[in-house]
Amino acid sequence: MTSELASSLLYLDDVTVSFDGFKALNSLSLVVQPGELQAIIGPNGAGKTTMMDIVTGKTRPDKGEVYFEGRIDLTKKDEAEIANLGIGRKFQKPTVFESHTVWDNIELALKNPRGVFASWFYARGQSDTGRIAEILETVRLTHRKNDFAANLSHGQKQWLEIGMLLAQDPKLLLVDEPVAGMTDAETEETSKLLKVIAKNHSVVVVEHDMSFVRDLDCRVTCLAEGSVLAQGSLAHVSADEKVIERYLGR
Amino acid sequence: MITKAVLRALDTKAVIVISILVAVAILVPLSNLFLPVGHPMRVPNYLVSLLGKYLSYAMLALALDLIWGYAGILSLGHGAFFALGGYAMGMYLMRQIGDRGVYANATLPDFMVFLGWQDLPWYWQGMDMFWFAALMIVFVPGLLAFVFGWFAFRSRVTGVYFSIISQAMVFALMLAFFRNDMGFGGNNGLTDFKDILGAPIAAPATRAALFSATALALAISFLLCAMVIKSKLGKVMVAVRDAESRTRFIGYRVENVKLFAFTVSAVIAGVAGALYVPQVGIINPGEFSPANSIEIVIWTAVGGRGTLLGPIIGAILVNAGKSYFTGAFPDFWLFALGGLFVFVTLFMPKGIVGVFVSAWTALRARRASARAQKGIGSVTPGPDEPATPRTAPDDEAAPHGAEPKPAE
Ligand SMILES: Nc1ncnc2c1ncn2[C@@H]1O[C@H](COP(=O)(O)OP(=O)(O)OP(=O)(O)O)[C@@H](O)[C@H]1O
Ligand SMILES: [Mg+2]
Repeated sequence: MTSELASSLLYLDDVTVSFDGFKALNSLSLVVQPGELQAIIGPNGAGKTTMMDIVTGKTRPDKGEVYFEGRIDLTKKDEAEIANLGIGRKFQKPTVFESHTVWDNIELALKNPRGVFASWFYARGQSDTGRIAEILETVRLTHRKNDFAANLSHGQKQWLEIGMLLAQDPKLLLVDEPVAGMTDAETEETSKLLKVIAKNHSVVVVEHDMSFVRDLDCRVTCLAEGSVLAQGSLAHVSADEKVIERYLGR
Repeated sequence: MITKAVLRALDTKAVIVISILVAVAILVPLSNLFLPVGHPMRVPNYLVSLLGKYLSYAMLALALDLIWGYAGILSLGHGAFFALGGYAMGMYLMRQIGDRGVYANATLPDFMVFLGWQDLPWYWQGMDMFWFAALMIVFVPGLLAFVFGWFAFRSRVTGVYFSIISQAMVFALMLAFFRNDMGFGGNNGLTDFKDILGAPIAAPATRAALFSATALALAISFLLCAMVIKSKLGKVMVAVRDAESRTRFIGYRVENVKLFAFTVSAVIAGVAGALYVPQVGIINPGEFSPANSIEIVIWTAVGGRGTLLGPIIGAILVNAGKSYFTGAFPDFWLFALGGLFVFVTLFMPKGIVGVFVSAWTALRARRASARAQKGIGSVTPGPDEPATPRTAPDDEAAPHGAEPKPAE
């Protein structure tokens, strides 16, 4: 197991979390390799979002190990430290800064020193302006750059949040249900976008939409009741009897 | 770096507000001192001090708005910082009395002689020097805010819990300052001031100078707040206000952002208190009363929370109303104030300034659409240009109702 730890980007071993006695994660073990795109599926309440909460420091595990890049113990760090280590997250319910413009949302997320005084005296240079424009182009929000994020449609908020992730330029992206509430066409665009992002980032995507997961064409992990049910190619996982019984067949 | 931040802060609105304040700082004293008594344009003596008092309240409301309007921290104890700055100034003024007190003691203020004290307490040392007192005016409120904020923000005390402990803090200070053995004059506080920087405190020229100093201090505070608000740090503060945990997940240390804003705010409040005391001639523990701190919140809400001009307008108008009401119908004032607060909260969530901003935006939109109908403005918008007229991305026009939302 130690060599697996050393070569991994994200390593969870035997992680358990319970809320009032209910085990949301039940000795979950999961590894993400550098450069990997991995999809996570599983029924409602399987613990997918809780797994991301553990990794990003929102929730502390009762037990178990969580390591980033094979050596950094994430259970000892808080949210901001973890974000600055290079772990970015898109939330299941899109959360953008509603009273800021689309442009400012990206600017706030852009990878730059995060200190109080660095922020106070920050002056946007040409390279930052170019980078923000490029990201807005990628997530197709250029025409809405001066609008308040509050006025975006649900799908556009999802994309803005993906844009903010890109702006952070993290090593690992945790993306929770990116296509919920999107039209088929938007869903297709999103899977293309994620595949482009995955070329030079490691990405973990949680999604219920099976055709979307098929599009991603990557390793799939199925969680249920807080632990791994099956893992492998989508064909392998969806042929698994337990997966059919507990998730797909319902 | 600093110049850039100053230039960014100085947009048209800021230039107008600062120019008005500077003009007031020059014209009011000139009119008071050089026009003959009875001249219609002369600002009478009593009004100079009264306006000076309003301007120090305006500074206090501006300080509160920096944290409440922009960072979502509702302090119900901001009067504490104002009063501490006031007490620091009061201590300096007490020591200027020297042997002109009732007991003619050259070092000890009257109340200490009365209590039978032999020596000046250690914390009164050095307060006879203006530079040292000035340092304390900034340092004491700043330090208290820093220590209080350090513990509160680090342990993530937010929302009403923060409001409650800030109110508890100001209440505890009030009780402490009421005690004679604290060495701040107990119940009576500090009063009977004679000189400030060698000038007799009641002389019209001194009053006029204090007024000018207050107006200029307000202008500088306005500039400082604008420098924060217009920067990326200001955007981070608004992000913290609207979605605190989201801000953490993109890597900002929310507790540091809040601590910075809270400390700056306390320092501005302390300076405001220091300018207030020589103009009203007294500082006593009543300034620490929780009701005073709540009033600051009302001024800010009435003028317009989350705008820099709002708290200034709110503080001046509400206090002008208070001066009038407490003279005309003394029993009625608290009901009027309470009613005003309820009205503003229900019908004017962005205060007086908010009403003007939305009226202005609506007017512009109507004009633009009228133009479009006539076909004058029939230029097709470019791909990057929005088709509908829209206000600039300005906090004052921001959609309200962006209440704090937990990230997922
Ligand atoms: N903070 C919390 N307090 C109490 N229970 C919680 C908390 N967070 C999660 N849970 C519970 O833990 C279980 C796992 O939740 P989680 O959100 O991780 O599921 P999920 O796999 O993301 O489901 P979905 O597909 O519906 O998003 C659920 O039963 C949920 O109610
Ligand atoms: Mg979930």
